[in-house]
Formats: sequence, C-alpha cells, structure tokens
Amino acid sequence: MTSLSSQPHIQPTWWRDERILKILLQVAFVIAVLVVFGILTQNLTSSLRRLGITFGFRFLGNSANFGITEGIPYDPSESYLKAFVVGVVNTLWLSSISIVLATVMGMILGVARLSSNWLARQLATVITEIFRNVPVLLIVIFWYQGVILTLPAVRNSYSIGGFFFISQRGINLPSLDPSGWLIPTVVILAGAAWGIRKLLLARRPDVGPIQRNSLIGLGVLLLAVACWILFPEPPLRVDVPVLDRFNFRGGTQLSAEFTAMLLGLVTYTGCYIAEVVRGSFLAVQRGQWEASRAIGLTELSTFQLVIVPQALRIMIPSLNTQYLTLIKNSSLAIAVGFSDLFNISSTIINQSGRSVEMFAIIMATYLAINLVVSYGMNWINARVKLVER
Amino acid sequence: MKLMKQLNGLALLAGALAVSMGVQSIPAQAQIGPITDRVKARGELICGVNNQLPGFGNIDENGNYVGFDIDICRAVAAALFGDPDKIQYVYLTAANRQSAMQSGEVDIMSRNTTWTLTRDREWAVTFGPTTYYDGQGFMVKKELGVEDLADLDGATICVIAGTTTELNLADTFRARGIAFTPVTFDGDDSSFNAYEEGRCDAITSDQSALISRRATLQNPDDHVILEEVISKEPLGPLVSQGDESFSDIMNWTVYALFYAEEKGITSANVEEFLSSEDPDIRRFLGQDGNLGELLGLEPDWTVNVIKAVGNYGEIFDRHLTPLGVARGLNQPYTQGGIQYAPPFR
Repeated sequence: MTSLSSQPHIQPTWWRDERILKILLQVAFVIAVLVVFGILTQNLTSSLRRLGITFGFRFLGNSANFGITEGIPYDPSESYLKAFVVGVVNTLWLSSISIVLATVMGMILGVARLSSNWLARQLATVITEIFRNVPVLLIVIFWYQGVILTLPAVRNSYSIGGFFFISQRGINLPSLDPSGWLIPTVVILAGAAWGIRKLLLARRPDVGPIQRNSLIGLGVLLLAVACWILFPEPPLRVDVPVLDRFNFRGGTQLSAEFTAMLLGLVTYTGCYIAEVVRGSFLAVQRGQWEASRAIGLTELSTFQLVIVPQALRIMIPSLNTQYLTLIKNSSLAIAVGFSDLFNISSTIINQSGRSVEMFAIIMATYLAINLVVSYGMNWINARVKLVER
Repeated sequence: MKLMKQLNGLALLAGALAVSMGVQSIPAQAQIGPITDRVKARGELICGVNNQLPGFGNIDENGNYVGFDIDICRAVAAALFGDPDKIQYVYLTAANRQSAMQSGEVDIMSRNTTWTLTRDREWAVTFGPTTYYDGQGFMVKKELGVEDLADLDGATICVIAGTTTELNLADTFRARGIAFTPVTFDGDDSSFNAYEEGRCDAITSDQSALISRRATLQNPDDHVILEEVISKEPLGPLVSQGDESFSDIMNWTVYALFYAEEKGITSANVEEFLSSEDPDIRRFLGQDGNLGELLGLEPDWTVNVIKAVGNYGEIFDRHLTPLGVARGLNQPYTQGGIQYAPPFR
C-alpha cells in the first residue's frame, strides 16, 4: 500500500491533460457555433439590405385587418400581436384537449390490445395499425373532407334532444353564460355546505357519512334553486343554440376545422400512445404477477398496486415525446383552415411581408410551449420513478 | 466685350465638355442588372404562377400550364429568348408567394396578385403594369336568396388566406357593421371545395376568380355572383426589387402587348406589318431605331412576343372571353378602357 502512495504523481503536459482538453473542446465548440451563427446573421442582414428591407418587430403593433374564425375575442382592428396571441391560445386549447383525449384513447386501446377478450383485442389492433401507419396530414384531411364536410348541411343538422346539433359546420352545444350573480351564489353555496356539515357533526354525530353527505347535498341543492329563483338574474344561464338564417346563434360551437384537427390528432397520437401503454405493460415482468399472487393479492389489486406503478415509470418518458409531437403536429391546422398559431402567423407573414421576424417568433413560441410541457412531464417522471432505498 | 467673349468661349467649352462627358456616360448597350444576368445565363425564365384558376392559370389535360397570366410569362420569355417555352413554372399559393419572391425562388410572378403599397415595399418587389383591372365580389348559393351584402349578416364566408380579399372582407363588413365568420383556406381549390360542400354560405374573391371557378362547380347555375364590388384589385406581374433592367423588360413587354392591340398588330398579321411605312410601327417592330438594344434585347423582340402570344386583346379573347368575362376597363384607352401604353420611342 505504501508503494502506491509514495509513487510521485505525474502531471501530464497540458495538451494531454484530459481536464484541459475537455475545456478546450467546449471552447472550440462555442466558437464554432458563434461563427456559424455569425455567418447566418451576416447573410441575413446583407440579403435584407440588398432587398431594401429593415429588420424589426415594430410592425407587430400595426392593425392586422383580417378576420379570424374562432378563438378569444378579437377584432380585425386589433394588432398583429393580438392576432398572434389568438393563434397561440387556439393552439394551446386544441393541443391540451387533444392530449387529454389521446391519452384516454391510448390507455383504452393499449389495455384492450392486451385483453383476453378476442374481439376487443382484434378491434384495438386494427384501429391502432390503421391510424399509426397513415401520415397525420392525411388523417386530418380524411376527417375534414371525408367525414365532417359530408355531414348534413347546417339547416338539416342532426339534433340530439334539441340541445346538441351536429352538421358540416361543426358541433353546436349549449353554453353556460355566467352573470354577475355567479360569484355571490358560489360563496353562499360553499358557506352553506360548510355550515350544514359543521351543524350535523355537532348535533347529530350518530349520522353516517353517506347520509351526512346526502343531507349536505340536499341543502345546497335547495339553496341553489332558491338563488336561481330569487336573484334578479340567474347566476348561470344555459344558452341553447338556435338556428338562424345562416347559422346557429347562441351556445358554443366546435367548428368543423377544430373538430377535424381534434379527431385527427387524437386518433393519430392515441394509437401511438396505445403502443406505448401496451409496451410498458409488457415490459413489466410476468414474475411480478406471480409474486403478487403468491402474497395473496387479487388480480385487481395486483394491477393497481404492482403493475401500473411500474408500467407508468416506463411510460412517462415516451408519453412526453408523444405530447411534444402532438403539439408540433397541431401546426397542420393550416391544411383545414383552423386558426392555430402557425396558420395565423402565415397570414401575418403574407399580409405584412415580415417572414424572418415571424418565423423567429413562431419557433420561439413552439420552443417555449414544448419546454414547459417537457418540464412538467419530467417533474411527473421524477415523482413516479423508482425510489431506491 | 473681350472679357464677355472669353467668358462665352469658356462657357461653350464647359458646355461641350459636359455634353461629351454626358455622351460618354450613356452606355452603348443597356446596363444589365443581376437578375437579367442570372436569367440570361440560365437560358430559362422561372415564373411563379397559379395552377387552380382556369382562364388565368391552370394545368390543362396535356399537363401544360395555360391561361391569361401564363401568357404574360410566355411573352416575357419570348422577349428575352425569342422562345415562349423557355420557362420553368413554379406553383405558388396566395400564402407562400411572398416568400418565393423575397427569397428569389422565382424570377417573375404572374398569378392574380393585387398591387398594393405594403406589398410593393414589404415584399421588396416591383410591380409591372396592371394587366387586369379587377374588383372583389361575392358568390352565394341562389337558394339563399341573398341580393346584397347586407343580406349576408351572420353568414359564414370562405376566403383564401393571405390575400387582399381577406383584408377587404374584414374592412368592409366592419365599416358596415355586418357580422360574419370567415373560414380561411390556403388555396383556390380547398376554398371553393369547402364552399361547394356547404361549409360556407358565401365565398369572396376577385370577380374574375369567381367567374373562373363558377364554371368548374358542379351546377354553375345554382350560384349567383353578387353585383356589388367592394374593392379595386389591379392584378399584374411583378419581379424582385433591385434590377431595373429586368423590371424594364417586364414593363415594356406588357406595354408591347397593349401597344400591338392599339395598332391592330396581331399574331396573324405581324409579318405584314414588318414592311409598314408607319415610322411608329417600324420603330416598335425593331425595323428602325434601337429600342431592343436599349433593353438589352434583340431588335425584333416585339415581333417574337406577338408571334408567341398575340396582342393583349388576343390573350384576353383566348382565355377569358370564353368564360364570359367582359372586357370592361380592360379595353385599350382608345376604346373606352384604361389599358394604356407609353410611347415606344
């Protein structure tokens, strides 16, 4: 042992020192990146100068002057920036609903493919293989032109109970319009629920939890009815769509374009998620089932307590990728005219002529959205990953 | 007196010097700019066109591009190379045409594009003479019984993204307080399909486009084009900014088409006009003077242009008259229209 420590520590020459070499490589890399970036910038500025175009973002304040089909309230007299924000909100709205529905669909299909039921298994296999192997653009156009546009015209809409209407313009459904009395009502109802519970616990401790909750519910319901009758305006009004000369008025509408994008993204990504789910369950070793049975767990408990937590660990990183892909695929909305952020941006580019600036903004926005989603998924991943003790 | 004479002599000398310097600075041949240079070296004109607008620009059953806008390109190719077929066509949508111009993907664009100030500056282009004076209109299904714009209150309207049409629609309806829902598509095909399928109550575009596309609908008679026109849409070719020699070739080629119609020169009789005694016509056809040389073209470039595509009226009659498009403003100024060419001298 002494011979080892007594050996003189040999200091390698600096060009052979691994630590220094690593730093040098990194510096070289940074310089390379800067040089490439510099060349690109140089190229851009000289091209713009040759064309006599100035670079800048001031144009975002000019009024957009074009209409947008759907989204948050917007008027054509508002700025390009506002139009862009409408697009971002539409993208987020479309992506988030699609992610939720695709996950649900993927879970169901994935589990169905592993099921012992022959029909469910075959059906899930066929659906998965069809949508997984067709380009997402074709799926979106199939839903739009092949399905939605061939639905009945708006005047002959399918009606469900006189409340929901389905036509080639999309889906019209009743909306809930809040009035100024909504917040007081919510406060009153919450207070009542808390009060009744407290009263019951103090006076009638013999009442079981099911009965107690029913009593609270009944009290809140009665009070709610009273609010609706007594207040000058109902706190929440149900607005049922009514067919007007051209269109439905009132209610909310999921436009044909939105519905087509939603269906396209959900069926495509849902099938990928189904494969992720199936793969994750298959990756949990069979021995886990056997071991659980050996300690006397039921099938359901085994699934819930042993298999799912392990499968989830494998699933989440792949799900993250699927979600990010879905968000990027939502830019295909331009094919069916849904006003997502890319569609609106390309209109802005065309109307203002500012391609370089707008592409910079588009890329930055997608990057920001995807980084946030990625961050969220990594956080979840950290929560479910195997904690080794 | 002597002093005055000396001064006079000096002034004369200075004047002569100035004149001689001026003469020296006039080039023997036209200054050729970078785009002209590039196009001539390539031996082919790259032309951005529409392929979804019968009459103006689309692909016929033999796979060839045909139409009014296509013939403008063919005229420029004939002026440059003496051959109208030395063209490579690039199909551009309303939404991607701007970047194609800015990036220099095409040399010239000839696809129903409205001349506006913003485009002139922000697209960094030079617009040529207006070849078709158009205006924005609306097409509606007859069964809706719509007679004017006010009847469209609450309607869903199909429109092509990235057009002036899209802007005029919003402007006009806003100004008149009419509610509408726009549904925007990125091409003529998708937009008119959606309208025909019933996704929209009405479709708005340039009158010429509505007339052109109505002919392709399954039952053209079920659709009516409203009389109201809400805008001015001067349509014409354009080139990238920064090469005046090239934009001059575009401009004077279009003027040559106007001029030939004005003078009654057609593809059929252009040979006969070559022996004309009229000095104006002799100059125009390159029998006299150096107009071609000034543009950096062959002396008989106008003859090539007219032989290839005919005069403006011939182009119009070949592609648009069969669709039922009236000449209207697009007549020579001598016949009550506003098509007017500056003098060829």
